[in-house]
Amino acid sequence: MKKLRLGRRILPLYSLLALVYLLIPIAYTIAFSFNNSKGRTNTTWQGFTFSKWGDVCNQAGICEAFGNSLFIGAVSTLVATVLGTAIAIALVRYRFKFRSLVSLSLFLPMATPEVVMGAGLAALFFNLGAEQGFATIIISHVMFCLSFVVVTVKARVQTLDPVLEEAGRDLYANPAQVFWRITFPLLLPGIVSAALLSFALSFDDFIITYFNAGPVTTFPLLIYVAASKGVPAETNVIASGVFLLAIFTVIGTQIASNARARRHAKFN
Amino acid sequence: MAKEFVPAGADLELRGIRKEFPGFTAIENLDLQIPAGEFFALLGPSGCGKTTTLRIIAGLEEPTSGQVMLGGQDVTFTKPHERPVNTVFQSYALFPHMSILENVAFGLRRRKIENPIPKAMDALNLVELGYAAERRPQQLSGGQQQRVALARALVNRPSLLLLDEPLGALDLKLRRQMQIELKAIQMEVGLTFLHVTHDQEEAMDMADTVAVMHKGRIEQMGAPEALYERPKTAFVAKFLGQSNIFVGQAVESSANSLAIEIAGTKLSVPKHRAEKQSGKIALGVRPEKAFFHHEAPATSPDLNILGPGEIKDIRFTGVSNQYLIEIPNVGDLIVFAQNVGMSPVAELGQQVWVSFKVEHTFGLSDLPAGDED
Repeated sequence: MKKLRLGRRILPLYSLLALVYLLIPIAYTIAFSFNNSKGRTNTTWQGFTFSKWGDVCNQAGICEAFGNSLFIGAVSTLVATVLGTAIAIALVRYRFKFRSLVSLSLFLPMATPEVVMGAGLAALFFNLGAEQGFATIIISHVMFCLSFVVVTVKARVQTLDPVLEEAGRDLYANPAQVFWRITFPLLLPGIVSAALLSFALSFDDFIITYFNAGPVTTFPLLIYVAASKGVPAETNVIASGVFLLAIFTVIGTQIASNARARRHAKFN
Repeated sequence: MAKEFVPAGADLELRGIRKEFPGFTAIENLDLQIPAGEFFALLGPSGCGKTTTLRIIAGLEEPTSGQVMLGGQDVTFTKPHERPVNTVFQSYALFPHMSILENVAFGLRRRKIENPIPKAMDALNLVELGYAAERRPQQLSGGQQQRVALARALVNRPSLLLLDEPLGALDLKLRRQMQIELKAIQMEVGLTFLHVTHDQEEAMDMADTVAVMHKGRIEQMGAPEALYERPKTAFVAKFLGQSNIFVGQAVESSANSLAIEIAGTKLSVPKHRAEKQSGKIALGVRPEKAFFHHEAPATSPDLNILGPGEIKDIRFTGVSNQYLIEIPNVGDLIVFAQNVGMSPVAELGQQVWVSFKVEHTFGLSDLPAGDED
């Protein structure tokens, strides 16, 4: 009994500590986005200001790098999600030659250390004579995002009863209509989370991008370079902005799905 | 694109259907004709190929060989969405991301029929679920979902409606109720229904014609009464209701009757009720057409008499008692006796004779498993 009471006190404290530990770097980033820093360094507190938030693109290259990252993330996500969804459906629904080999090789990028993959890709592009730039970055991002999309969507396809698609065929829907009206809407939650994951991975990636970027600067690359001289406050602004956007997205979807669950519960 | 299908059902004909899957043959050689407007039941144990037959008719599987004719047209290789056939699936297969009304309107919309929503609403009212139109399938009970699945298929006015054990997931009471409703709806809309089931009572209760399927073949086909009165094979005799079966050599043959000998006793069967006339023959009688006596009954040319034997088991089932009587060298017999007077009319261990009318006896074309030569 005593042990139990002790546990009851320790557990919240422990959880609180863990949470604080996780949140300190984020809190630090947000706080320093309001620092009235001069020049390219942002390491000591020099007073509170909103000016950095109002004028994010003040520092040369920051907004361009941010834009590059958004563009690369969007294109890689689109390509990886479309390809990955098709692969996931094929792997679950059809039996074909080398199916298990395909399945296995899709796991490889997840298991391989990023440094190895980045260096390998760089060597490959060099040998092929491909000029490094947006194309090489996007190709390598699609490559590692694809694995995550396949894994996420596959789990969803496995829960989808094939009899629903048969019912669609039986009710006069041609194969395209069966896909768009039955398969796709039922897979959508899986596809959306796969796309979000894939965008986050692409937007965040440093190592593989570093090997294959050529002249292109992405947001993580910019921060890495700037960090050696001290990170400008504007990067904190963008980082905080991205963080807040992500948080609001999560909270928003949570509220929406709760509301939907409540609305449905009312019928019974 | 918009096309209304025939107002009434169409004839279905299967010609020499064979379906092989890797490793086994699901359907051996199937010929079947179902006239328009009929309620036809395909009855058989699980694994007999009845669901595969249904899927071939729906177009969800292609036969290895053979033809599917619908209303005189060959539809063997027509895609499922181009066939005027609809299915009520065993698991209902309602689309979980659509409202009930949209589920029912799905087929109408695909075929670009005008006013899909009012028509879907009419179909929902037919199954008395109009009030649930805006709900999601998950919010309905099993019986309600079954009715939605039925409305979703019926609203398309298909030439042929396929029902794949649609009542299998329901409890007994709801099942009986749905059987009555389903039959009433079939009479009302006049479509051809093909009902696949393993429940012999359900098949006999609802269908105009029952086909008993076994190991990928049709064993026997006919009206439920005819099938019950004159089963032609041991499988049908045992699968459709219960039967007492006796195997013996044919010993006597007259103009109208045929007799076999079993343990020194002769059992007769009218010739027109016997499938096989010579050699080793299996005769049978239904348990409710057999009676037991406490004393040896007077012999008569109209009566088959066996005994004496001993009552080994009595099972009370409400309306009747089921007696298991063991007769030496003959085997176990089942006799049903209605509980019209006092119950039970005999006691365990009592010595009894069993009699049944020659005209109630039937002769089978084959021998029960284990009695083959």
